[in-house]
Amino acid sequence: MAPLLALEDVRAGYGPIEVLKGISLEVNEGEIVTLIGANGAGKTTTLMCVSGILRARSGRIVFRGQEIHGLPPDLIVRLGLSQSPEGRKIFPRLTVLENLEMGAFTRDDPAGVAQDLGRAFELFPILKERRSQPGGTLSGGEQQMLAVARALMSRPKLLLLDEPSLGLAPMICIRIFDVLRDLNKQGMTVLVVEQNARAALKLAHRGYVMETGAIVMTDRAAALLDDPKIKDAYLGE
Amino acid sequence: MIFLQQVINGLTTGMLFALVAIGYTMVYGIIELINFAHGDLFMLGSFYALTVITGLQGMGVSAAGLLAALPVVFLLSMAFCALLNVGVDFLVYKPLRRAPKLTPLVSAIGVSFVFMGIGQVWKGVYDLHFPDLLPNTNLLGEGASLRFTGKDLAVFLVTVPLMLGLSVFVRTTRLGKAMRATAQNPVAAQLMGINVNLVIGATFVIGGALAGAASVIYGLSVNTVSFQMGYQNGLYAFTAAVLGGIGNLPGAMLGGIVIGLIRSLGSQYVGEQWTSALVFAILILILVFRPSGLLGARTREKV
Repeated sequence: MAPLLALEDVRAGYGPIEVLKGISLEVNEGEIVTLIGANGAGKTTTLMCVSGILRARSGRIVFRGQEIHGLPPDLIVRLGLSQSPEGRKIFPRLTVLENLEMGAFTRDDPAGVAQDLGRAFELFPILKERRSQPGGTLSGGEQQMLAVARALMSRPKLLLLDEPSLGLAPMICIRIFDVLRDLNKQGMTVLVVEQNARAALKLAHRGYVMETGAIVMTDRAAALLDDPKIKDAYLGE
Repeated sequence: MIFLQQVINGLTTGMLFALVAIGYTMVYGIIELINFAHGDLFMLGSFYALTVITGLQGMGVSAAGLLAALPVVFLLSMAFCALLNVGVDFLVYKPLRRAPKLTPLVSAIGVSFVFMGIGQVWKGVYDLHFPDLLPNTNLLGEGASLRFTGKDLAVFLVTVPLMLGLSVFVRTTRLGKAMRATAQNPVAAQLMGINVNLVIGATFVIGGALAGAASVIYGLSVNTVSFQMGYQNGLYAFTAAVLGGIGNLPGAMLGGIVIGLIRSLGSQYVGEQWTSALVFAILILILVFRPSGLLGARTREKV
């Protein structure tokens, strides 16, 4: 079966700086795949290329059998790909409820949206409590929950997550990762970028290791967790 | 009594500034561009309305008929300014969307001069009389010590519903919420599947339409228009937007009213020749203590 998402030799950058020096990776339907690597390795850039915010300079990006390289971001969302971006990027002066509504912007089935809203509040009850509050007044952890819940509102086939654990208390990280595991069991495919390599590898089926704009290693997540080089460089053992 | 009278006068002009200020603040909110041509768009709107009204007069339409046709004049002028505004965005600002912020800003100053040039060629360099169609009678009774004229009432009848309508629009509609989302974080808005180019276009349409409405009611209540009116009123409206907190819609409305009041009270108690100096002195003072304006964004994104 063809992968849900495939990147082939993707190159991208900002001005004269080339950040991605030919990235190839695949995400199969039903998988959780993680992309780990140090700060500045190009993980966020990779996700921004997939979402169409940054246009790749060359290479192919295929999602559900369709070339999406060069498509505007709103059309990519409509194809079933959504992202919870780095730094959460919630809308600070929209209420929690409005933030979630924006997540469902591309949909026109009010009944389905209402149902998914109910599910979001079930997953993260604190959001229900705070639904009339501006997003900017939430704590960091609550904002992260909101960013994940908002990305789910488009009912994506593939969910991209950028640093969902950044700056969060361990308890909240565990909560968010549990939710991701459950969603995956219900059939959602996930590509998660993380600096917290240990947590990400424990969650994922497979992993890619990125260094200065290139994929340097890929394997099953369990194998990467045991790899001495990975342990040394990313797991701090 | 004089004080109250100046408050009425100030509120009336303030509402006009507010309507123009909305156009500055909305565009700034979405693409961080100070659209310096907005005031001159307002001027062209009044010229267009003047052309329509004199055209109707030329066709022998009576004063009562003109009064009845005013809603159409408003709609035409709003459509004219909306199209012009979105056209300028498409031709001038859109190609510069990824350029450094200074580039579209300087281009906007250029568009302002182009608009003024068009105004001069269109209607000449002298002050023009704008037909006096609205009743100037005092609604509080001719003998009353306060004056609130039919013209003043008309200003409120035009500006208040438009502002209320706009507030409801951005609060409740899908496009309105998408506009707020785009203003707050354009990248996140794109990730939600919002077509940001469409939202920017809608912003220029709405801002332009409001300037068009403001330009007609300005002409009808002041009865003098000239190619320079956009520069003067645009500067006050822009100041109103900054005073209220640029990018903030209620702020622009509040800022417009505050500036209208400062102007009218200042001309009464300080002296006519000092009004501009007073307006900008107060602007500076407020910005020293509240750099983001009276209602400017205070929520910070948390790390």
